[in-house]
Amino acid sequence: MTPRLTMTVNGKAREIALDDPRVTLLDLLRDRLGLTGAKKGCDRGQCGACTVLVDGRRVNACLTLAVGLDGADVLTVEGLAQGGALHPVQEAFIAHDGFQCGFCTPGQIMSAVALIAEGEAGDDPERIREGMSGNLCRCGAHRGIVDAVLDAQRRMAGDAQGRMGKDGERAA
Amino acid sequence: MRKFEYLRPTSVEEAVAAASRPGAAYLAGGTNLLDLMKTGAAGPELLVDVTRLPGLDAIEPLTDGGLRVGAMVRNADVARDAAMRRNFPMVVEALLSGASGQLRNMATVGGNLLQRTRCAWFQTPEAACGRRDPGAGCDARDQAGRSHAVLGWSERCVAANPSDFCVPLAALDAQVEIAGPGGRRDVALRELHRLPGDTPHVETALAPGELIVALRLPGAGAGFGRFSRYLKVRERTSYAFALVSAAAALRVEGGAILEARLALGGVAARPWRAVEAEAALIGAAPDAGAFRAAAEAALEAARPSGDNAFKIELARRTAARALALAAAGAPERMPALPASPFADIGAPAHA
Repeated sequence: MTPRLTMTVNGKAREIALDDPRVTLLDLLRDRLGLTGAKKGCDRGQCGACTVLVDGRRVNACLTLAVGLDGADVLTVEGLAQGGALHPVQEAFIAHDGFQCGFCTPGQIMSAVALIAEGEAGDDPERIREGMSGNLCRCGAHRGIVDAVLDAQRRMAGDAQGRMGKDGERAA
Repeated sequence: MRKFEYLRPTSVEEAVAAASRPGAAYLAGGTNLLDLMKTGAAGPELLVDVTRLPGLDAIEPLTDGGLRVGAMVRNADVARDAAMRRNFPMVVEALLSGASGQLRNMATVGGNLLQRTRCAWFQTPEAACGRRDPGAGCDARDQAGRSHAVLGWSERCVAANPSDFCVPLAALDAQVEIAGPGGRRDVALRELHRLPGDTPHVETALAPGELIVALRLPGAGAGFGRFSRYLKVRERTSYAFALVSAAAALRVEGGAILEARLALGGVAARPWRAVEAEAALIGAAPDAGAFRAAAEAALEAARPSGDNAFKIELARRTAARALALAAAGAPERMPALPASPFADIGAPAHA
């Protein structure tokens, strides 16, 4: 039997026929949907390069079976920018040189977006380092990464305050 | 990865019936099982996905002041729960010291309780492992080291249980609610994991098809409140398994210890409750001498399983320090580095 899944990927509804239950979310995104932003580093949940958001929460796509995700809302790095405008976290990574080779960057950015939404790190570099420890960077760009997350968080908090009067919602 | 069938039942009864088949395995967060399936250390023929079973995803108060946690609640959500933070801070500290933000979003309570050892020989299908294959012997026996047990091990298996979460749970006398082919039953968390003896493949007290549906933290443990801490020593500050860890809780009145709990992690095939150490603390003043004596008692039966004699002294020091932290009480806000010995030192000392 070929299971049929309905999924929202980067805001678009998708109908997916899976011929094999072994397909991970990472392989589905990369090999079948052409979304190669999420990277296959270790494929064992150790490096974080495959980090995407499922229903708003960051997960390792390499350890998630696609077949279990019927009805899920998936966000990858390709879905972050709005029109031509980069997401504040993307802008901050560029501004603070939060990468070198770039392989881990999509996972770092998705993890940072979720960390900021979780709202527990505050303005503390130590808490950001701890919160980002599931994303390895073999080039050692961590200093720029932490600066980028701090900066993006401040800017997004500022934006959210500015908008509070209008819609009362926190920026995600 | 070997081929498997996938099933997503809609009731606990249906799940139990399906998983009672030989070759079946339950799938929850998948953070451990999928990894083992990829390396070939596990190869179930049927995966029974229990993540959407109704009624397993809530945290509820118990009438005795304790908490009941559904087996499918994710580790991150247990750690964020306000009642858990207030009444069982060392459980939260242990959870936040484990894995990464991504993995804690995925891993479930039931899955954490049943996670397998990180012994490299267990994880490598080419190696002989009697825990993985009944009667296969133990290639780790002559090469045991920092990740292996110093308490309760046997010639057949030197593996250690890797869970942080289970360590405070053992100290708090947590109860595990189980549904199985024969109905419902409870197992004490301290009895859930088996010591290897001659049958290392019998890893837990669960029978085929049995499913963990909830965890109960009795109200008696809530009385320790903030005087309960988890301390974890590892090879890097974050995102690493424990070499050794300790969960400690104290109730002190009038300068004397009235009640004490102590459990150790990373030292045995089960979270190691140190009842002798607890007994040694009763009536004593909560000071360094008493904590060291308790730590000596906790490790009295320890012996190295290989190149890991250092873990015995490390465990004594970790236990004594966890007791001192418990006596001082947990800070109002969770430290930036949960359960880390560097928690109070700050970034410049280790960055």
